[in-house]
Formats: sequence, C-alpha cells, structure tokens
Amino acid sequence: MLQIKNLHAKVEDKDILKGINLTVNAGEVHAIMGPNGSGKSTLSAVIAGNENYEVTEGEVILDGEDLSELAPEERAHKGVFLSFQYPVEIPGVSVTNFMKTAINESRKAKGLEEMPANEMLKLIREKSELLEIDRKFMSRSLNEGFSGGEKKRNEIFQMAMLDPKLAILDETDSGLDIDALRIVANGVNKLKSDKNAVIVITHYQRLLDYIVPDFVHVLYNGKIVKSGGKELAYELEEKGYDWIKNEN
Amino acid sequence: MTKVVNKYTEDDLKIELENKEYEYGFYTDIESDTFPVGLSEDIVRAISQKKEEPQWMTDWRIEAFRAWQEMTEPTWANVHYDKPDFQAISYYSAPKKKAKYNSLDEVDPELLETFKKLGISLDEQKVLAGVAVDIVMDSVSVATTFKKTLSEKGIIFCSISEAIKEHPELVQKYIGSVVPQKDNFYAALNSAVFSDGSFCYIPKGVRCPMELSTYFRINQAGTGQFERTLVIADEGSYVSYLEGCTAPSRDENQLHAAVVELIALDDAEIKYSTVQNWYPGNKEGKGGVFNFVTKRGLCEKNAKISWTQVETGSAVTWKYPSCVLKGDNSVGEFYSIAVTNNFQQADTGTKMVHLGKNTKSTIISKGISAGKSQNSYRGLVQISARAENARNFSQCDSLLMGNNCGAHTFPYIESKNPSAKIEHEATTSKIGEDQVFYCNQRGIPTEKAIALIVNGFSKDVLNKLPMEFAVEAQKLLEISLEGSVG
Repeated sequence: MLQIKNLHAKVEDKDILKGINLTVNAGEVHAIMGPNGSGKSTLSAVIAGNENYEVTEGEVILDGEDLSELAPEERAHKGVFLSFQYPVEIPGVSVTNFMKTAINESRKAKGLEEMPANEMLKLIREKSELLEIDRKFMSRSLNEGFSGGEKKRNEIFQMAMLDPKLAILDETDSGLDIDALRIVANGVNKLKSDKNAVIVITHYQRLLDYIVPDFVHVLYNGKIVKSGGKELAYELEEKGYDWIKNEN
Repeated sequence: MTKVVNKYTEDDLKIELENKEYEYGFYTDIESDTFPVGLSEDIVRAISQKKEEPQWMTDWRIEAFRAWQEMTEPTWANVHYDKPDFQAISYYSAPKKKAKYNSLDEVDPELLETFKKLGISLDEQKVLAGVAVDIVMDSVSVATTFKKTLSEKGIIFCSISEAIKEHPELVQKYIGSVVPQKDNFYAALNSAVFSDGSFCYIPKGVRCPMELSTYFRINQAGTGQFERTLVIADEGSYVSYLEGCTAPSRDENQLHAAVVELIALDDAEIKYSTVQNWYPGNKEGKGGVFNFVTKRGLCEKNAKISWTQVETGSAVTWKYPSCVLKGDNSVGEFYSIAVTNNFQQADTGTKMVHLGKNTKSTIISKGISAGKSQNSYRGLVQISARAENARNFSQCDSLLMGNNCGAHTFPYIESKNPSAKIEHEATTSKIGEDQVFYCNQRGIPTEKAIALIVNGFSKDVLNKLPMEFAVEAQKLLEISLEGSVG
C-alpha cells in the first residue's frame, strides 16, 4: 500500500530525514519509535504533505501513485489520515460542521453528491458510540477548551468518520491517562481491517500494549536503524534509547 | 433563532413574482433628468421642487445646506483617501429605469461569476446588472404585493418622497429628530440633498409579519447616493428591517452619504440588518465607493434596537450605527462583521449613549482584514450621570490574514455614574498555517478552510441575522476573501 523509498527531507535548511525506506501493506500495523528529535513527526508531516518540509530526494508512493506532487487535501482524498500530536483549535466551528465539511469535500473530489443529512447523523451517532463520546461534544467548537484526552479522542473520531486507507497516529498517547488511552486504542483496533493500515508513532512502548504492532521500526537521526517484531518495543523499553545511540 | 410561523418571506415573494404575468414594462423610460454639477442653495431648492416637496421640507433642506457650508470634513477616522470635490458632483439624477445592456453577454463576466457563486437566479442577475428582462420584477407590482399584506396591519412602507407627500405629519415630526441636520458633515450634506430612501411606520402594538426589505424595492436601486431612511416603531410594535443586498453593486457614484434614523417608542423593538457589498475598488486599490453613513436609533422606555451589519464592500467605510438609550430599561445592540481585503479601509463601530436608568447595551464586533487593508473598530460607550445601573458589554475581535494588513481597536468609555458596569474584551488572532494545514489534512482545500475559519470567527454575529440573509452573508464572506491566502 505505502512505499517510502530513500526519503530525504529538510526544514529551513536543516536535514531531518536522511534516507527512509519503509513498506507498509494493507492489514498491517507499524510502530515507529525513536528518541526526541529523531524525525518521527517530520516523517508523518511529509507523508501528509505539509509544505513546511521540503522533500529533497526519494519518493512516497501510495497504491502505486507518487504523492509528492499532490496537495495535502488531495492526499487526504486518497485516504491518508494524520492524527495530530497537537490538534489545533478552530473557534466557532463545531465538530459536526467540521466533519460535515471534511466528508463532503472528499466526496466532491470523488465526484459524489453531498452526504444526505440523515446519513451523516447516523454515521456520527455510530462513530461517537464507538469512541464513547458524549453527543454534546459534537456541538462544541473544534478542540477549543478540549482536554488533552478529548483532543486525542476527537482525532480518532475523525479517523473513524473519514475511514482512511492509511492512518498515521502521531504521539496519540501523549497527554492521555490510562482510561483515555484504552478508549482510543480500542477505537483504533475496531477500525482496523485487512484493507487499511496504521502507522503508530510513539516515544513509549505503553500504547503498543493496546495497539499491537506487526512491525516495529526504530528511527534515529533521520534513518530507520532497526526493524523487528513487537518484541523490539519491549527491548527498547528495557534498554532505553541509549542502546540505539551507542550502536550508531 | 426563532422564526415567526407563517411569516411572509422573500422566497414567497420571489415565487409570487415568478408566477406573475408580464404586467408592466421595464422601459418606463424617464427623460434624462440629471442636474448640472455643483452644489448651491439653488440646486437644493431645485431638488426639493423636482420632488414636489412641501415648503417645510424645502426650508429644512436649506437649513441643512447652510449648516453644511460652515462645516469641514472630519479627519479623525483611521482612513486615508483623496477628499471628494463636492462641487464636481451632480446632486440629482432621476432613477435609472432604462436598461444599460441588452443581454447578459455585455455584462462584465467577473460580476456574473460572482452572481453565480451567490446563487442568484438568472433573471435577478439581469435586474441587478441592469439588463432588460422579460419577466419583470417591476417596482409597481412588487409594491402592490407588499402593500396589500402590510396595509391590512396599518403598516406604512414606502419611499421617503412618497411619505413626505402622503404622511407629512409623521415625517415632519421625526425626520432629523435622531440625526439632526447639523450632526456631522456628511449628515448635513445628506439632509440638504437626499434623493430618496425608505420610510417605514409600524403602528402601536403591531408586529410586522415579514422582514421588510429594500432589496425588492427596485425603484430604490438607482437612488443610493444620498439615501435617507426613517423607521418609526410605535409603542409596543416590532419590525425587522433588511437593508442592502449581497450582490455586488457597481455604482458609478463614488461618494455615498446615507442617513438612517430609527425611532423605537415605548416597548417597541427594531431589528435593522445590513449587508453592504459596494464596489471596493480593484486589486490595485483603484476606484471603489466611499461610504460615509450616519445611522442612529433612539430608544424610549423599554424599547430595543439591534443593529446587525455585514460590511464587505466599499473602498472606504466610515460608519457607526449607534443607539441613544433615552428611556429607562431600554436596550441597544450592535453586531458587526467588517471584512476588508486588498486596499480597502474601514473605520466602523458604534456609539451607545446611556441616558435612562437600567439601560443595557451589547457590542460584538468582528473585524477581518486581509491583503493590504486596514480595519478599525471605533466605539464609544457613554454613561450619563442619571443612568443608574447601566450595563455594557463589548467584545471586539480581529482576525488577520497575511502580514500586510492591519487591525485597530479604538474603544472610548465615558462614565459619569459610579453604578455603571462596563466590560470590554478584545482579541486579535491570525489565521494560522497550522489551522489551514489541519483542515487540508482532513480533505478541506485552503479556500474552503479559510471560509470555515472565518465563518466560525463570525458566528456570534451571523447568528443574529435573519436566516435567509445569514446564508447569503456566509457565502459573501467566502467570496470577499477569495485569493487572500496562499
């Protein structure tokens, strides 16, 4: 589904990604771990098409199509979803209105009619139940005054609504207490299928107890320096990142 | 929003008009009737004569003209423009009835594109652009439809010229009672030379069953330069009045100086909503309308006046819809969205003058600046010595787009009564790249993302507009800011 080949990227003349290679197939969960500053968030931003990052070399291919010339919204229409580490606030725009706009813009791009209101409401009801979200939440302004947990839950709710092919969860566990973590992880697990794939970016192994990865990759200094199964996450947790740093 | 059941809406009227047979021609060709340029007492007299006004009206105009001659143009506003030459303007021109074009093909395609985006029907487009149409929304038939419904309730809604002739006692009593002839430079000029405008009277205890709108009074379309509006809500009555049109108006007149006076007698309520979308000039800042408006309402006991405005047009805007809260327990409200783009300049806000006891005012102002524009909020909250327990809440929010525009807030507070409670909140924010990227990532293109963010920012004010207007206003915000980011 996703192939990243020799990806180099920089921000403000600083090279961050220095040759990433990664293949993700449908039905798989990949975890990307690494110390602060290793390039984890940059990788997610580059896949999503954030224009603050300049790709200097390499390719990101989704279902055989090179994404590099596509705008962020076009990538979203193709099924790329990013759960943000720091979701932004949009005052005055309700969660419902935001989702309605997002879904209908995607449909428009695919040449479909707008989703009928009753269908939209049904979908919202279904997905908010999945994530144990109070319906009152839907009329609040997007992320405004949300707690850390609410913000992250809202990200996963949006993922559920948009039903992406490739979901990248950037530090979704940060700022979550154990109950919220469980709810979010359960949500992700329920959304998993053999048609989509998930990349979990995390600093700690904690989240991976709930969302069990098929593959774990360690990112250090802009490169994937180690790959393995889920046991690699435990090894990292035990030995700490110094183990990686010392080896490289 | 509470909607009155069985209300006669503009949509109803539109349907009625579309189904109407051709009754009157669009070509009621009045002979060319434009006065020579320049302004003098003779011209003022001539305007009054042309309109067959009674002596008192002529005298009133002359008085205004003499005052105006002694006055100078105000310079305190945060706007910069070349002062108009008042002797180079023609002060009377008969309403343009003759179509400018024979078909839509001759009309500026950019204008038509905007019409299309606003969802304006083809026939309406023709009327607005000044194209001859087959099915005519003729002023006479519109007036007839309106008047029948209104006259059953005793409501008077007509042009001010007609009111001067038909209802002189009301006009004479109230004109200039809220905005005196000498109030300010532009008000004095308007008082001397006003061409036409609207008059509305709601009798005691009557709730006007429909939104009164000038939009469908096509005969008003060509007389906008020095418009005069007078709305009187008698004791215990209610009226919601809509002014303007979301469609862009490309007026050849560069200078507009309107006066609007509202009178809400005891227990009456007036809601006055404006959408202003005059030609703002081109992207280089050439051309565009100068809009210098004086709008003020007077509240008697327990009365309420709400001003709601969405300002997106004009090159220069100078406008402060105000409330004089004379009666005890009266309420004044001002809700405003002002958008400036490219080289537009807006200095707008309100004055809330608290004279009575327990008077309350609310000000919510949302300024959106893009391009190289300058957007200023200027507001005065004045509490007089006898206004016990007066309350004011003001909130002024500014949203900036890009790095070349400006937002300014000039709040003035004068309180002479220690029991007053006055709150002022102000925020300035910028549409962040991170907000736009967040929307993009969810599949929302940048233009749509901006519209979403701007509409969210303006929501508190958009909610105050009548439903039909609010939808149009939202689209208008979107269009006004097109191409302003990225």
